[in-house]
Amino acid sequence: MGNDWPLYEVFIRAKSGLSHRHAGSVHAADDEMALNHARDVYTRRNEGVSIWVVRSSEIVASDPQDSAELFEPAKDKIYRHPTFYDIPDDVGNM
Amino acid sequence: MDKDQALLKYVLRLGDSALVHGQRLIELVAHGPELEEELANANFSLDHLGQARMFYTYAGELEGKGRTEDDFALLRAENEYENLLLLEQPNGHFGDTVVRSVLFESFYLLQLEAMVQCNAAGLVEIAARAVKEIRYHLRFNSQWLIRLGDGTQESHRRVQESLNDYWQFTGEFFAADEVDKIVQEKFQGPDLWKLQPTWRDNVAAIVAEATLLLPEDQRMEISGREGQHSAHFGPMITEMQSVQRAMPGLNW
Repeated sequence: MGNDWPLYEVFIRAKSGLSHRHAGSVHAADDEMALNHARDVYTRRNEGVSIWVVRSSEIVASDPQDSAELFEPAKDKIYRHPTFYDIPDDVGNM
Repeated sequence: MDKDQALLKYVLRLGDSALVHGQRLIELVAHGPELEEELANANFSLDHLGQARMFYTYAGELEGKGRTEDDFALLRAENEYENLLLLEQPNGHFGDTVVRSVLFESFYLLQLEAMVQCNAAGLVEIAARAVKEIRYHLRFNSQWLIRLGDGTQESHRRVQESLNDYWQFTGEFFAADEVDKIVQEKFQGPDLWKLQPTWRDNVAAIVAEATLLLPEDQRMEISGREGQHSAHFGPMITEMQSVQRAMPGLNW
């Protein structure tokens, strides 16, 4: 049965102010069911305040073969990191 | 019967229905059609078990004889349990579970919402917490009923059969006796008579969306409130109590 159900990716917002993070995936026959399943599987220990689900097939992913051209050029651009500033403690999450 | 005795009995009945429903659902663990359904079902069972614990603990306080939740849950005789008969019916297929849950939870939700308005503080507290759990149970199971009813020919036929089979147990939800009346009058508890048309409308709407037919009016089985059970109750409760009976006072 599960083989017939499409896969959905689940994103959970842990608390207000934080962004949704990928939590895992569930199988479901439709969008409503996917939301229920995500709730039952990934928020039963009080992990979240908001859930997004999206069909895995709708996600456009980068090709691992393109890693070199996509990501490696950023590796030696140290000046793009804001590490040359002192961040005050009370700024919180950056 | 004075009002304190009525409230105690009322709370115990709520605990009994929650316990029995939770026990039937937990029997399904490892039999779910899908991992996600499996987990949802186990969550639901534990919600009901948690509610049973709160009702029994409150009953112990009302009774004032030092009985604990375990004494009520595990050490009473068969005829001392006064759960709704629908909930003790044996498990069948997944559609049976869905139909049973929709019929009961749609009633239980109305009962809890009314209980939040009563003036027995202990009951208000439990109801306020339980109402959120039951709203989700009902949402989950209603969606499933619609999916199955409006699904394939076979799923439609099977849930229509479940609905027809279980309908005879729904009259009991509203068969108010002395206990219900006293709790209604003295504690502003739920008025079952008033809840019935709302329940029927709510269920009719789900059933219609599921392209199913509401069963015809028929003779209703209502003996649960007197502790008269169907033949399925004995084996269930025996299994549930077996560990406590074999090792009295056992501590996990």
